[in-house]
Amino acid sequence: MSALERRAATARLLRDRGDALVVTGLGSTTYDAFAAGDSPRTFYLWGAMGGAAMVGLGLALARPQRRVVVITGDGEMLMGLGSLATIGVQRPANLAVVVIDNGLYAETGMQRTHTASGVDLAGVARACRFAHAETASTLAELDRLARAVYEVPGPFFASLKVSPEPTTIELAPRDGPTLRNRFRAAVLGDDAAA
Amino acid sequence: MSTWSDALYELLLDAGVKQVAYVPDAGHKRLIELALANPDLKTTVLTTEEEGVALLVGAYLGGDRGVLLLQSSGVGNCINMLSLAAECRVPLLMLVTMRGEWGEFNPWQVTMGQATPAVLEAMGTIVLRADDAERIVETVRAGSVLAFDSGRMVAVLIGQRAIGAKAFRK
Repeated sequence: MSALERRAATARLLRDRGDALVVTGLGSTTYDAFAAGDSPRTFYLWGAMGGAAMVGLGLALARPQRRVVVITGDGEMLMGLGSLATIGVQRPANLAVVVIDNGLYAETGMQRTHTASGVDLAGVARACRFAHAETASTLAELDRLARAVYEVPGPFFASLKVSPEPTTIELAPRDGPTLRNRFRAAVLGDDAAA
Repeated sequence: MSTWSDALYELLLDAGVKQVAYVPDAGHKRLIELALANPDLKTTVLTTEEEGVALLVGAYLGGDRGVLLLQSSGVGNCINMLSLAAECRVPLLMLVTMRGEWGEFNPWQVTMGQATPAVLEAMGTIVLRADDAERIVETVRAGSVLAFDSGRMVAVLIGQRAIGAKAFRK
């Protein structure tokens, strides 16, 4: 079992994000990213389970010069496994997907997910033609991952194994039009109104 | 080869569409071919239709307009993901080729086909419909204005009567 604590690990992943665009999956990964520091260039999902990687793909195709990083949970990723195949056809070099994998559905009472039984998400991503796919679980691997996620040509996938310790709920902004407008203004500037 | 598909292709380009997402359908065959042949369009084949809803929300966040091509059975797959576009009020244009209605041979298509408009409307999508081939282009044009200029989720249902019911042969 990994000793990494999810909130600190997510903060480390986001510490050197620069101008990267971030999409987070509903539940704990949204709380983790918000706790690491709010940004208009983070789009928090509060629903749409299974859709985080696809939101990232649409964004990556629209802004090929920007790095797009999806940070989501293992339960959320499992609901949209087909999206890994869809990304594997498009193969955007600027897209990274990081799964914060605790093997649990934390939001609904800590039930075990498929990864807790050994389902290998990095293996799925590799089979779906991701340019890079890895599983990380140590502090040294996290430090390396926190650079690679912004630098290694994608599509990039990492499953970051974290401890199952529960964390607090940190209420990120959740009004859809507010999140949408501030994100578009940060990314598109004056073109956001079009 | 249907001329309305060529007209729709031009209409979508004129509307500023940059991303096309689809699950293959016989009714959209020509439009999909035209999209794939245009290197300036980002055309994404999906494993299931709700991926397309999420994709187009991401596209919009990055400044791209898009369109989702699907058949009526795929509308059912989209239901929960439509909350994403609804809650963030993201323009969403869906072109739905209908099954399970006019002259349908396959009973397994009928349940979802008949439920399609009700399901879309229950999720807050504006539903427009074209049952004659000559009305398809103007209906999609109206739908694209509603979607992109009024910022709404719009589905244009292209009736089986307009496309022609699928023929099965032994």
